[in-house]
Amino acid sequence: MSTPKREIAGAAPKGMHSEADARGRFGEYGGRYVPETLIAALDELAEAYPRITGQADYQRELEDLLTTYAGRPTPLTLARRMSDDLGGARIYLKREDLAHTGAHKVNNVLGQCLLARYMGKPRVIAETGAGQHGVATATAAALLGQECVVYMGAEDVERQALNVFRMELLGAEVRPVESGTRTLKDATNEAMRDWVTNVRDTYYCIGSVMGPHPYPTIVRDFQRVIGIEAREQILQAEGRLPDLLVACVGGGSNAIGLFHPFVEDDGVGMVGVEAAGEGLDSGRHGAALCAGSPGVLHGMRSLLLSDDDGQIFPAHSISAGLDYPGAGPEHAFLRDAGRASYEAVTDDEALDAFVYLSRMEGIIPALETAHAIAHVRKIAPQLGTQALVLLNLSGRGDKDAPQAKDLLAARAERT
Amino acid sequence: MGRLAERLRGLRDRGEKALIPFVTAGDPNLEVTEAIVLAIAEAGADAIELGVPFSDPMAEGPTIQRASERALASGTSLRRVLELVSRLRPRLDTPLVLMGYANNLLSMGEVGFAEAASSVGVDGVIAVDLPPEEGPEYFAALRKAEVDPILLAAPTTSRDRLAMLAKETRGFLYLVSLTGVTGARQSVSNTLEEEVAAVREISDVPICVGFGVSTPEQAARVTAFADGVVVGSALVDRIARAPSAEAAVDAAARFVGELRAALR
Repeated sequence: MSTPKREIAGAAPKGMHSEADARGRFGEYGGRYVPETLIAALDELAEAYPRITGQADYQRELEDLLTTYAGRPTPLTLARRMSDDLGGARIYLKREDLAHTGAHKVNNVLGQCLLARYMGKPRVIAETGAGQHGVATATAAALLGQECVVYMGAEDVERQALNVFRMELLGAEVRPVESGTRTLKDATNEAMRDWVTNVRDTYYCIGSVMGPHPYPTIVRDFQRVIGIEAREQILQAEGRLPDLLVACVGGGSNAIGLFHPFVEDDGVGMVGVEAAGEGLDSGRHGAALCAGSPGVLHGMRSLLLSDDDGQIFPAHSISAGLDYPGAGPEHAFLRDAGRASYEAVTDDEALDAFVYLSRMEGIIPALETAHAIAHVRKIAPQLGTQALVLLNLSGRGDKDAPQAKDLLAARAERT
Repeated sequence: MGRLAERLRGLRDRGEKALIPFVTAGDPNLEVTEAIVLAIAEAGADAIELGVPFSDPMAEGPTIQRASERALASGTSLRRVLELVSRLRPRLDTPLVLMGYANNLLSMGEVGFAEAASSVGVDGVIAVDLPPEEGPEYFAALRKAEVDPILLAAPTTSRDRLAMLAKETRGFLYLVSLTGVTGARQSVSNTLEEEVAAVREISDVPICVGFGVSTPEQAARVTAFADGVVVGSALVDRIARAPSAEAAVDAAARFVGELRAALR
């Protein structure tokens, strides 16, 4: 079990390197596009983060939480029936669905909320879309005895009543956001506004590899544990590195967590799978890396969905976790560098994959994760039987069961 | 020296204070904004800030958020705001400043925007989420086009950074009065005077205070030590609550008149 900060033993950096420069940029992406009030807070965070996470006390405490509380390391499961059924590559699943709270989100919130405590910030705020990051933050805040406020779009509050209840049960205050499209991007704006206002005693726990520097690096580092474990596990199981990594991308934290420890391994391919929603041509999707253009939102320069006037498009996806009009700057960088490629699958394909994995492996995946599964279903048959595919099973699908039930019923009626 | 800097220096030389009202362009539509700008210039504005509406205005409180939504719903875009300025400029000598967000302001490209702004007669631009480090091309393009890039400083800004901002800004330094978003407040920060004094120690750039200043009394208090004051949400709110376009123009002019009187 490695701490997130530790480098991979024996990995020769012969291929490319993916780190933010001194200005917080991955190539042309990243940076700190924030109101002046927040500059001091970002400076404070950029100073505190390496200092605190470099301390033995912090590392010991985080490692203990990840092991004894979050349930790490998570297993690597060979998807036998799926591999046989698709008739191509051997497919392994990295089981983040088995981490506490049912998704990879916990890796990040434990790291950040513990960081907040070491920084002396008693109050933690977060944005959430479907509520997964909100629940995870509320969980960590409860564990660490922190005050927690979660901003959530009013429309999402209505759609995800159960997660609102979970957050409240965990002692967090959920504040519905009525502005804009009343979804994740507006919740993010409101969390930023809270932080601008309460910056002295408040830690903003961002949920993905997005936002102003150093957040994309911080969240990535805390999620690297996925790839570090998976690397050791696949080497143990197969004696070699995988040929292809596949993960879904909304903001992109589970994907970067899996990808990053393999970035310097030239032979390992990487595919991030975005939400094509109703189709990339429909204008109703969440595929910023496949179909977006460079712009500035939520403190970062990255690929975004915006119009000619620079107004942000509302994103669309069956999966609330992918329903975001941007993606993390490091993904934009990896895309431009040709190190990772990005594909998109539609709502329908994701729903099919949701059912498929449930029946084939006895694992109900999150709808977000179902996008990655849908892509593997497409490509695995084209790969030889010697090929190894490692898919990040980023979250479990219990949260999506009611929505999936309705969607499947509606589909049955149509046919 | 541009129109804005000249105006602010002139006021300071005469011992007067700058009144800078803010309205969101296109709220409720650009025709009404045009009438409001002419009326508040007449009522005593020394410069006018035009908010360029953005879908995700991170630094705005509810009043300006809603104004931005109304403006976008009425079809306002950056290009149309620039057209508004080109219509106003022949009839108006008051300096005009655009205030907006990077994704919107940079949608025309740094040079394209700077040249367009200059050619229609924009005097200054405030990009709320574009600190100087992130936009060297943008700041260079604006200066080349003789449009003032106006920088913000906040109560959390360190002394070293304050010196950098005071040096890099043009026209004036926009001092954010509080740690928070825009919007009317009951009172003005107690530490504001010290913050203004801190800038004075290192620079003679004019200092205008904004965010949260909402009454003639507050404006008078702030300008006891600052060179000028920006009043936004309280004005935007009066425009929003007016029952008709004519009433909105009247209410805006009356309020700016009251602010003007308080600064004399």
